[in-house]
Amino acid sequence: MIEFVTGALLLLGAFFLIVAAVGLLRMPDLFMRMSTSTKAAVLCVGFVLAGGGVYFADLAVTTKVITVVVFVGLTAPVAAHMIGRAAYLEGVSLWEGTLFDELKGKYDPATHDPGSPAASSPQDGPGTQGIPGPEAPPVRKGTSNPRRPSKPR
Amino acid sequence: MTLADFASFVVLPLMGVAFLIAMIRLFLGPSLADRVVALEVIGVTVMCILGVLAIVSGSTSYFDVALVIALVTFLGTIAVAAYIQRRTDR
Repeated sequence: MIEFVTGALLLLGAFFLIVAAVGLLRMPDLFMRMSTSTKAAVLCVGFVLAGGGVYFADLAVTTKVITVVVFVGLTAPVAAHMIGRAAYLEGVSLWEGTLFDELKGKYDPATHDPGSPAASSPQDGPGTQGIPGPEAPPVRKGTSNPRRPSKPR
Repeated sequence: MTLADFASFVVLPLMGVAFLIAMIRLFLGPSLADRVVALEVIGVTVMCILGVLAIVSGSTSYFDVALVIALVTFLGTIAVAAYIQRRTDR
């Protein structure tokens, strides 16, 4: 019985790992890749190590498993957030079908300061260029200021 | 089919496939952040392989290795993110 539960947990973990890897390969955008791979990877580590904890049924092993899973669950979002923020500030291009860039204009391109009043003026809201979203504000001519040119990589 | 056979011949090859797919993204990745994300997935893959190896071999020391790899992966990701951000703060 324990072996069936362990095998099922291992198979679930392997499935989520495959999902993470395929999402990492097939998604069109860095941020989508990061989204899929982070969530699926945390699930995969949780399932596989829970399988180990169920199989050994030992206090020391269970403690280690809980430690690893809690650590990964706490640090994976932090790491993904830092990588995503650094990549966005560096100018990694979004997917061409992206409808909303809610950070557009929120950062001063020179100082990377999120709260500077010149950069967060309301006419630089989302959707001022490109495909406007469903509730995008009307585009004012002459004030649409692209935050930064997309650097060729 | 025992659990060790199942883990050795079904679960570990699936994880190897995931490792190879992440390796493709590591080589393709157009930006540095893509490669860092691929390395993070590779670290998670190695942690899962270690968990399976602990079950196959019956040795519980592999969980310690998994904890160390989680620490090193997190620190490396944070370091490279700080490096990318400092590179743009000119």
